[in-house]
Amino acid sequence: MGVKLLLENDHIEGIRYYETYRKNGGYRAAEKALKMTPDEIVEEVKKSGLRGRGGAGFPTGMKWSFLAKPEGVPRHLVCNADESEPGTFKDRYLMEFHPHILIEGLLISSFALGSNATYIYIRGEYAWIPDILEQAIQEAKNNGWLGKNIQGTGFDCEIYVQRGGGAYICGEETALIESLEGKRGNPRMKPPFPAIQGLWMRPTVVNNVETLAAVVPIINIGGEEYAKIGVGRSTGTKLLSVCGNVKKPGVYEIDMTISVEEFIYSEEYCGGMANGKKLKACIPGGSSVPIVPANLLLKTAKGETRMMNYESLSDGGFATGTMMGSGGFIVLDEDQCVVRHTMTLARFYTHESCGQCSPCREGTGWMYKVLKNIEYGKGKMSDIDLLWDIQRRIEGNTICPLGDAAAWPVAAAIRHFRDEFEWHIKNPEESQRRNFGLAHYADPIHVPAGA
Amino acid sequence: MSEATPKFKVTIDNITVEVAPGTTILNAARSIGGDVTPPAMCYYSKLPASGGKCRTCLVEVSKGSEKDPRPMPKLVPSCRTTVMDGMEVKNITSDKVLDARKGIVEFLLLNHPLDCPVCDQAGECDLQNLSYEHGTEQTRYDFPRRTFEKEDLGPNIQLHMTRCILCYRCVFTAEQLTQKREHGVLERGDHAEISTLLGKSLDNEFIGNIIDVCPVGALTDKTFRFKNRVWFTKPVDAHCSCTKCSGKARLWMRGDEVYRVTARKNEWNEVEEWICNECRFERKNAKDWVIEGPSKIKRSSVISQGHYVGTKPTPVVIDKVIGKEPKFLMNIHDVSDVNKPEIELSRIPGPAHSDDFKGNK
Repeated sequence: MGVKLLLENDHIEGIRYYETYRKNGGYRAAEKALKMTPDEIVEEVKKSGLRGRGGAGFPTGMKWSFLAKPEGVPRHLVCNADESEPGTFKDRYLMEFHPHILIEGLLISSFALGSNATYIYIRGEYAWIPDILEQAIQEAKNNGWLGKNIQGTGFDCEIYVQRGGGAYICGEETALIESLEGKRGNPRMKPPFPAIQGLWMRPTVVNNVETLAAVVPIINIGGEEYAKIGVGRSTGTKLLSVCGNVKKPGVYEIDMTISVEEFIYSEEYCGGMANGKKLKACIPGGSSVPIVPANLLLKTAKGETRMMNYESLSDGGFATGTMMGSGGFIVLDEDQCVVRHTMTLARFYTHESCGQCSPCREGTGWMYKVLKNIEYGKGKMSDIDLLWDIQRRIEGNTICPLGDAAAWPVAAAIRHFRDEFEWHIKNPEESQRRNFGLAHYADPIHVPAGA
Repeated sequence: MSEATPKFKVTIDNITVEVAPGTTILNAARSIGGDVTPPAMCYYSKLPASGGKCRTCLVEVSKGSEKDPRPMPKLVPSCRTTVMDGMEVKNITSDKVLDARKGIVEFLLLNHPLDCPVCDQAGECDLQNLSYEHGTEQTRYDFPRRTFEKEDLGPNIQLHMTRCILCYRCVFTAEQLTQKREHGVLERGDHAEISTLLGKSLDNEFIGNIIDVCPVGALTDKTFRFKNRVWFTKPVDAHCSCTKCSGKARLWMRGDEVYRVTARKNEWNEVEEWICNECRFERKNAKDWVIEGPSKIKRSSVISQGHYVGTKPTPVVIDKVIGKEPKFLMNIHDVSDVNKPEIELSRIPGPAHSDDFKGNK
């Protein structure tokens, strides 16, 4: 059994409610934190080596220390709960079943950053979760954990829940801030970074739900202890939301010391591939990160076992590696078609592009149309090179990372599964009836360790 | 005397220039001028929030600054990146930039209808210039382009969204002019469209300026639509005593007839001073204006080709060297009759046609 910090009390019935949460050690971290100074909390988070759980993996302590602190200007903490990445649903689980750990984390972080008005920007499609959060906020308020003069420390903090309109782009921190201000959710140009001029031009920190919840165990067990969990720069535990062709899809907490192979095939986690099929490919971090075929997923290009952590997953760069991303673990078995899969993702990014900068606005739509042609047997051989050229010209040339996120899956699919694309083009009729299958992607054919 | 403000040294394409701190790379490049200036489709110096969207002005920063000489990992939008002391920028000397720009032009033209032959902006269109310089001959896009219905924003402005490249210039202009957010972008992605809420008309006194800021033919002047090609009209600077605006405008004339009134634009195609709707749409009589003289138009512009009345053909040196007249395929001065002083355009019913200039009328 790996270490569990966030989902430690997952088995307890009614952990969603304040009474049960408090009885099981809830708000102990808040008690402890309110006796510390804000700088000590930031120092503790820095020591813990916690990295942003939203996708980019930026060290949280460092982000907090960048926050500008001009005199007389209020600061804000914004919790990014706009979890819209296809394949990612870890924050939803946390907010739905453990709202108080988020509230507690928000309280500690607000205290550390000096934010008196803290916002949770939640995805519009999570229609029922704001009620859960608001109920939790009310409970916390009734028990003196929010509002004026929290626990007699003189610190005031209010948490507001803001529902989004359902745009993926509003998960980008500057677009989120724009949307929170009531404007159109277009990403802002950086610099200035939100840490200097964010919400209403005030210094702002935007953090993911899981990042803020992870502050609670960090304060509970101490930053140094937290850093001991995991390997290298991947400290602590990470929530992964598994979907696709595995026996047990769901949300799992891992301590980043296990291998990818163990994660997919062990009974504790995914329980192996469903219906006795073979693993073909996997997207380990939400739809934006490069897809990798099975042989590169289980072993790195150097032949080392790939572990479930930030460094090992990105080993080999984009040529042979991928990214930890936001933790949306999508598993594809031999029956899945990579061309169709890539087309679906391209359609998503076309639909979600904000239309502000030209490479992303025009390029994503173009990629989708070309992929649609290939998928439906109307492709040309030159289309593959064309796709490569389009993604190359989108990547890195856009305002926000959505352009990159749209380009990477296409690039990786062509890089690793070019023969499948070619097969689709050469066999337009057959490709409408059956899948390309496994080819050599899964070689050597995997035998589960425990079998 | 105030103490001298420190100047930042910035090198763009091996040309060093000194600019004030806070200047953007684009403006530093404009102070050098010429080919090293990156093209800008969305940036407008008069609109503070503009820029960064079209990505045509991407440049490579090969040296961050004197203190931190690391190059920037990505190409940066020069219109929104401020210079640092000792910065080294590569624009046309970088293959990476030229390649990216080629890609951007291709993207911008993907859904652009290329209906230049019937577009009123043709001849003074930023996108035409850009694609002439950086584009490719053919597109690789073989899908239907997105189209929109034409829309009227008030009695004098027509929005032809199909041509729009979503530079947001008109949105920022309207934001400056109007109190409420009346004019903006609806939808997102490649089906995003510029519009007003529920297709309401814009009735601000200065709203006509959104026509001038539009880099393409998406916003056109309904009082000028299909009346004439811009290169057949002659731009002259004129002023009038207007109570609302500065009254400094540019008249686009043919003979004595004023076809169009616009604001004066500088060499970067940016409006110098906004003019009001009354000057723009209603003062179409030459008597209302005091004409100062012909406007300065870049020689490379197609507009300048209509200016030849009174100009003499340049003496041909070759004539003296080899002792015979060089043979032109066609001497435009011999065959074209446009802008003949004896033809009075106002006598011609309807828009002028090339037949009107033929023969001895």
